[in-house]
Amino acid sequence: MCRLAAITSKEYISPMEPVLALETMKEGHDGSGLGLTLKDLGGEFEKLKKYPVLSGICSRDGRKVLDDYMKRHGFKLKHEWKPKTRPVDAIISRDHYFARAYDYPEAFRKKPMQEKEDLLMHTRLALRKLGESDESIFAFSFYPDVITIKEVGDPLQVAEFFGLDKDSLKAKIIFAQGRQNTNYAIYLYACHPFFIQGFCSMTNGENTAFVPIREYLSGRGFPGYTGYNSDSEVFTHILHYTVRQLGFPLHYYKDVITPLKATEIEKRSDADAVRLIKQSMRQLCIDGPNMVIGFTPDGRVFMVHDAKKLRPGAVGGVKGRYALMSEECGVDSAVPKRDRTKDFFPMKYDMVIISPDAQEVKVWNQLHG
Amino acid sequence: MEPASRLDHNHKLSLREFPYIVRWRDDRCKRCGRCTAVCPVKAIEATVKVMRTIRSEGPVPTPAASRTVVQMVEQVKDMERHCVGCGSCTLVCPNEAIEPELNPQNKMLHYKNKGGDGYKRGGRRNDPTVSTLDKLKFTRISMLTDPALDAGRHEFRIRTLLGRVTAPEQMPLKVVDGKLQMDKKSDVFIPPVREIYPIMIGSMSVGALSPPMWEGLAMGVAYLNEVEGMPVVMCSGEGGMPSRLLRSRYLKYFIIQIASGYFGWDEIVRSLPHMVEDPAAIEIKYGQGAKPGDGGLLMAAKVLKLISKIRGVPQFVDLASPPTHQTKYSIEEAVAKMIQSMSMAWGFRVPVYPKISGSKTAKAVLNNLARNPYAAGLCIDGEDGGTGAAYNVSMDKMGHPIASNLRECYLDLVKQGKQNELPLIAAGGVGKKGNLAANAAALIMLGASGVAIGKYIMQAAADCFGDEHNRCNLCNVGKCPRGITTQDPKLYRRLDSDRVAERVVEVFKAADTELKKIFAPMGRSTELPIGMSDGLSVEDKAIAERLGISYAC
Ligand code: SF4
Ligand code: SF4
Repeated sequence: MCRLAAITSKEYISPMEPVLALETMKEGHDGSGLGLTLKDLGGEFEKLKKYPVLSGICSRDGRKVLDDYMKRHGFKLKHEWKPKTRPVDAIISRDHYFARAYDYPEAFRKKPMQEKEDLLMHTRLALRKLGESDESIFAFSFYPDVITIKEVGDPLQVAEFFGLDKDSLKAKIIFAQGRQNTNYAIYLYACHPFFIQGFCSMTNGENTAFVPIREYLSGRGFPGYTGYNSDSEVFTHILHYTVRQLGFPLHYYKDVITPLKATEIEKRSDADAVRLIKQSMRQLCIDGPNMVIGFTPDGRVFMVHDAKKLRPGAVGGVKGRYALMSEECGVDSAVPKRDRTKDFFPMKYDMVIISPDAQEVKVWNQLHG
Repeated sequence: MEPASRLDHNHKLSLREFPYIVRWRDDRCKRCGRCTAVCPVKAIEATVKVMRTIRSEGPVPTPAASRTVVQMVEQVKDMERHCVGCGSCTLVCPNEAIEPELNPQNKMLHYKNKGGDGYKRGGRRNDPTVSTLDKLKFTRISMLTDPALDAGRHEFRIRTLLGRVTAPEQMPLKVVDGKLQMDKKSDVFIPPVREIYPIMIGSMSVGALSPPMWEGLAMGVAYLNEVEGMPVVMCSGEGGMPSRLLRSRYLKYFIIQIASGYFGWDEIVRSLPHMVEDPAAIEIKYGQGAKPGDGGLLMAAKVLKLISKIRGVPQFVDLASPPTHQTKYSIEEAVAKMIQSMSMAWGFRVPVYPKISGSKTAKAVLNNLARNPYAAGLCIDGEDGGTGAAYNVSMDKMGHPIASNLRECYLDLVKQGKQNELPLIAAGGVGKKGNLAANAAALIMLGASGVAIGKYIMQAAADCFGDEHNRCNLCNVGKCPRGITTQDPKLYRRLDSDRVAERVVEVFKAADTELKKIFAPMGRSTELPIGMSDGLSVEDKAIAERLGISYAC
């Protein structure tokens, strides 16, 4: 089972913290990869918050293609972060790992955020396409104040390889996923967390309804709904579709992926809407076994389960610092000093939503609406 | 030596030409006459034969001929009265002295055109080979990678939607105090959608079916809904419905069909103001899988008093519906108009969808419907569907198998992102070999929202004799030995409608359990696995490629 560790905090924290939390949850062989997504960046990116950051990996040739593409499209490089990689056994280093902050092309600087987001996504997809066949470019995310790092190997070793323990890279929200490869060949685009236009999620378990969901999302006419090297990527896209494209409040994500029974819907004050959503978005219903941790562009972090709670999940912490983990020992590692009796284990109807800066935990109950 | 004239039997048929040869055992027969009385086609007769025996008794040969007269049961060698292999004689025989035997070398089709008319019959395509549906296997089983579901413990919702489903982008919703509410000011039309059981009883008319058969089905359906909580619906077929039912609260379990002959619609229209419930849906029949290009046909022998009343026609006349709707000259206009007027009749509260026969042109129809916001779905009836009466050639040689037709249509909707908006109902051959749940599940995973059954329920609930070896298939002539497809009270009193209803309930409950057994290990429970094609495999590369599923051997 893949291990998930997310920390949301008022202060900037090091990515080592969730990686160490992952380590406490380790059981048996678990070396398929580490994925990290950092949001609300500190350190050297603290002053670059409004500039989109392109995160990825490229080869020597890929770098030329990438530079050329960015230049041709009017993106100006503002800052580049490169990990100080250390040789670690079993991890084959690629040529360039990077997170680069760019300034928008002239014509886009004054455009509304929606348009900027579309430009960034198209750019990321274009880069992906340019480098996908020969693996010369991997572009994981391109968005302001967000960095994604991924590599194959044992999570702790990968973190060591990237020198994260000594790096100044920090953020307020950090997602880490230790991947246990079961179904697919190890491929970087299949590594969680997945990101699209400010929305991010990571999942454990298998998505049994992957094919119909993928087909449905692909048919939405939105160019970003592509990739799908992992059956979990659809969780991120459903989140994006529900909240950004349809404009639903976040908790309706739960109604979309795990709809209630007809009799249960009748008791909701928004029954008419929920009933319609259930029919209209029938294809997006999941059956698990899954636990999903995600964040939205405004900095809220949440946890939900499939309707049978076939995967574990725990949330705990103190005001200003909360941990959302696939197992409780992860919470212990991330926030050892806390009132454990207040730890929360979301059940089938629950959606835990933590407000930005880890100020408040709300448990939304689907039955009560 | 016998005279030459006695050896000249040209223009007479030998038994080898017949599809079934009746095996009668002299040593067992007690000459009660039940078999000859029951035979629906008079294929056997009691006859008297002279037997000449030569006997010799005593030590010295003294041969003496003696002639005895014996009574026998003999098969008639008239192709108009050929034994249909129904087995009614076997059923009534107290001594097991008689049984029909299939004769695979028969040449029946060379002769069944007397009077210059082609062979007409009821039933299904005479093709006993294994259908594509029966070749599909469910191979993506979650076990150790992830916990599979438990068919006995987890909650399953085996339900589907019938009706045009509003696209998410079109939902008239607005956020009020952090909650979604329907935008009352929006003028977006939200079409009616029913939540039904994904297996429905397909269109079989009052008229094609006998009163106890139709009643039995209807009672079974009502019981499933009201007692078992399973929202199974049933389609009326062309020919209306008893007016008492039209005006009852049970109407909501029925889909009313309108076909090219509009039979029964006088009564339906007259009942409209008195209806206390809306029907589940309206099905506009444009085609039937068993006989594409042919209209409905109820032969005169079946148009008795009750039928003439429900359909509003005189007795004892052939009721042929035209192959096409007479008002139809272009699909764009006519289908849209028909859907519109049917919707209007019930104030746009009832889903209206067309049914067509499986065909290479299905995609064209589908695309037309996809653009019509009032079209509530499409039912595609494959070549393995059944019929009460048709030309043999239509049944055996016309039509399209359902699997690839349905798949193609589904994938076409996927391309347009409309796979959830326009539900596809697949029919024709579901349960052909008895695998009702497996066939239904396979079609659902190929993209069907639901399936319709006909012959299967006739066989399972009323013991219909019919099979793919042209057994029985007398449904067209009103001589159904089981009392299923006849209007002759002497025959239909053999059928007990309560027993039919009981069997309907048993069939659906069993199918429900089996569907769970299929869906559970594949990890699907709260919604149907519509389009979950990665769950399917087949041992035939060409089929795998055509259906876009994996090949497993
Ligand atoms: S099998 Fe049917 S048709 Fe044939 S002889 Fe017996 S009763 Fe008649
Ligand atoms: S038993 Fe009746 S319904 Fe069945 S094939 Fe024979 S005539 Fe048709």
